[in-house]
Amino acid sequence: MAVGTERPTLDLREPPSWRRTKNRIATALMVVAAVLVAVPLGFVLYTVIARGVSVINWSFLTSPIPPQVAPANVGGIGPAVLGTLEITALATVIAVPLGVLGAVYLNEYGGGGPLARVIGFMADVMTGVPSIVMGLFIFSIWVLHFGFSGLAGAFALGCLMLPVVIRSSDEMLKLVPEPLREASYALGASKARVTLTVVLPAAIGGIVSGALLAVARAAGETAPLLFTILTVTTANPNVLKGANTALPAQIFANATSPYTGAQARAWGAALTLIAIAFILMVAARFVTARFTRYQR
Amino acid sequence: MSTVTQAGQAVPASALAQRRSLGDRGFQVLALAAGLLVLVILVLIAVSTTQQASSWFTTEGLSGIFSTTWNPAAGQFGALAFIYGTAISAGIAIVMAVPVSVAIALLLTEVVPRQWARPIVYVIDLLAVVPSVVWGLWGILVFAPWIAGFYSSIGSAVKGVPVLGALFGPPTSGASFFTAGIILAFMITPIVTSLSREVIATVPAIDKEGAYALGATRLEMIRGAVWPHSKGGIVGAVLLGLGRAMGETIAAALVIGSSATITSHLFAPGDSMPAVIANEFGEASGVFRAALMGLGVLLFIITIIINMIARGIVQRSARRQRGA
Amino acid sequence: MEQPEQNVVANPQLNQLAKSQLAGPAARQQVQPTPDTYIFDTKNVSIYYGTFRAVTDVSLSIYENEITAFIGPSGCGKTTVLRTLNRMNDLVEGARVEGDVHYRGASLYRKDVSATAVRRRIGMVFQKPNPFPKSIYDNVAYGPRINGVRGRGKLDEIVERSLRRAALWDEVKDRMNKSGLGLSGGQAQRLCIARTLAVEPDVVLMDEPCSALDPIATGAIEDLMREIKSRYTIVIVTHNMQQATRVSDRTAFYSVLRDDKSDTRTGVLVEYGRTDQIFQDPSDSRTKAYVTGRMG
Repeated sequence: MAVGTERPTLDLREPPSWRRTKNRIATALMVVAAVLVAVPLGFVLYTVIARGVSVINWSFLTSPIPPQVAPANVGGIGPAVLGTLEITALATVIAVPLGVLGAVYLNEYGGGGPLARVIGFMADVMTGVPSIVMGLFIFSIWVLHFGFSGLAGAFALGCLMLPVVIRSSDEMLKLVPEPLREASYALGASKARVTLTVVLPAAIGGIVSGALLAVARAAGETAPLLFTILTVTTANPNVLKGANTALPAQIFANATSPYTGAQARAWGAALTLIAIAFILMVAARFVTARFTRYQR
Repeated sequence: MSTVTQAGQAVPASALAQRRSLGDRGFQVLALAAGLLVLVILVLIAVSTTQQASSWFTTEGLSGIFSTTWNPAAGQFGALAFIYGTAISAGIAIVMAVPVSVAIALLLTEVVPRQWARPIVYVIDLLAVVPSVVWGLWGILVFAPWIAGFYSSIGSAVKGVPVLGALFGPPTSGASFFTAGIILAFMITPIVTSLSREVIATVPAIDKEGAYALGATRLEMIRGAVWPHSKGGIVGAVLLGLGRAMGETIAAALVIGSSATITSHLFAPGDSMPAVIANEFGEASGVFRAALMGLGVLLFIITIIINMIARGIVQRSARRQRGA
Repeated sequence: MEQPEQNVVANPQLNQLAKSQLAGPAARQQVQPTPDTYIFDTKNVSIYYGTFRAVTDVSLSIYENEITAFIGPSGCGKTTVLRTLNRMNDLVEGARVEGDVHYRGASLYRKDVSATAVRRRIGMVFQKPNPFPKSIYDNVAYGPRINGVRGRGKLDEIVERSLRRAALWDEVKDRMNKSGLGLSGGQAQRLCIARTLAVEPDVVLMDEPCSALDPIATGAIEDLMREIKSRYTIVIVTHNMQQATRVSDRTAFYSVLRDDKSDTRTGVLVEYGRTDQIFQDPSDSRTKAYVTGRMG
């Protein structure tokens, strides 16, 4: 179509103005913020890897813990690795089923009533209770009566994990579409059966992934362990009785040591701990990607 | 009584009556018990720790909370220095972390295209997964010695200057309120960012489009459409970050300096409630231990209150969004 | 006709036309739509979302100071085309426009064209009224404020003028500080129109502005459209054919091309002409089927 007679074309380019500059500055600041956050992370990871990798080998992960003065190539952190694995595993076994059941209550039985709302709200609040308070709690209520043990540590970690698992499982259960439940009810199933055979399997991917993240957090917690396991240096395969040790506790003990050997072992333990947390995080993502049917 | 159908088959009415099997009822009870466990635990925490702290309350009384004298050897256990330290280090953390976190949340929701958002979220998640003790280890062995240099230069630069000198005056080692504040800032950034993101994501797209349609730049759109909607929720997110910063134990214990003093010098060593509990509990006994427990009770109460307020705010702003 | 904003480049053609309009109906008769007085000129425009072609090959011209209606069944792309006229599709990830879109002779999609400059001249009213969570005054003042108008007196003047033009002034003049969210549907939509008029645009695009409103409010908006068309050019998307016959001068009918192989639907412009011709004597059989109600 003809343009017609010559018309002065409209200039649609924005003249350089304070508005555009402000916008640009704002965007730049946002990018700076993101970089600002990546930098310390990079430094920490770099340091941990650099200082830890020279210490880590199979013997390091399995050898007994030497006195602090011992140089870096002597001994290792075997007992702490054992302790972390067994205590965290026990905490998971305690907290995850209870957490999932709690979420089941909130979602399937609670019906949005006042009790369910209070429990949901307090579960959220409970995620903010400092881990040290959990440690003091288990100390008061268990350790004073039954002594230090891996079990006590597992209780403390479990208290930390419980509200987190409840919340994340609750989110996942909410995502399961109502028609799925209705179809099961229509076939004459009871609520328990519907939940166990239809709802939980549908949400299992998300629940597992949420649980893995809770485990990752618990594995790295130190404060609850300080009051419950009495950080010793000998391995204790009996998680139910007797003092124990764990990676975070060992790191804490070594961090203030003036001996380079102890510090080196701390770095090695830190690298091990980060590796465990990282593996759990990757596993959680994998489960989310492959097995989660209903996502937000 | 039976009802007879067309084909002559009798269907006992009782067969249609609802029967809850033992298994069903048992499951429901189990689920309810698990839910109630949350409330039970919270109550037990309050009760048991307060009970353990009772001898501190009886010796020092409530004035113990406000006393600045902390001298375990002499049997004096005033808590104020630790409350101060907790507040200051958490405050520094918030001042540093909040602008950064909100900026990143805005970056992720408004600026970057979907593919770029994922690596950034990944970095944030990675930041969240670093355990507190590793932050502390890095803090005390690497960061504190390094930043001590900065403290010295700033300290000598502002010596004598009225306000700045008091705040940033001569430092000592690098373990200080400020160092703890920085490390805490790193640690709370992930949670404040992810909560802010959730809040900002609930801003209706149609409001954003309305602003753009008026010829607004992105910054203007954020100020006009996003901010009024997200204000409340972000305040909630900040409070949650504050609660987390106050309760964070191990990183603070390692880098705050363990010196129970109240001073305006941010670069000076100090102490905080969780830090002193972690550092001293092992060898403490009697009233000393009770005092540390008492600090734990204080910490519990403070963080519970902050969390309740924060969650209330976040829930209310989310509800308003859905209703609007 | 005074232009309050400094950013608009004066178009002598526009001033000419304005002067002739002020001269009265007789003079206005002389300026019947000629190829010169078209505002938008689209040529072979196709719009893609990623690889999906949402609209294909649209060529039409929108004329100044007319109300042009886009009608058609759902999914035919009329809203997509509308949003192309003020670069709102930029906000959708993966959206791409092929072909030429010219506004007063200037290409809208050239690399150096500023979208914010475009949108200041070409405003948009949305289907669901979307007042900002601010006071009524601040809603209308938002546009002028971001364009640099500062003085309270000047803003008051612009706000009152815009609210009068939107036929809302009398209803809200005593509660300018109340929240814009507290208005009824019809009032809220008029507030959004006032907000759009406050930046003194050239064109007002309306995306089904009455579909969320009751018949009385709809009538008010339609009256408003007729009143303001002497100052602005209006393009309205509507699924209400009666509305199109009531208010529009020209109508464009879009339909859907279904590709059975890939199971996709692509919008296409079927017919465009004066409203009375489209509805009483359509050239295309598809148009006829739609306007006589034989099809969706």
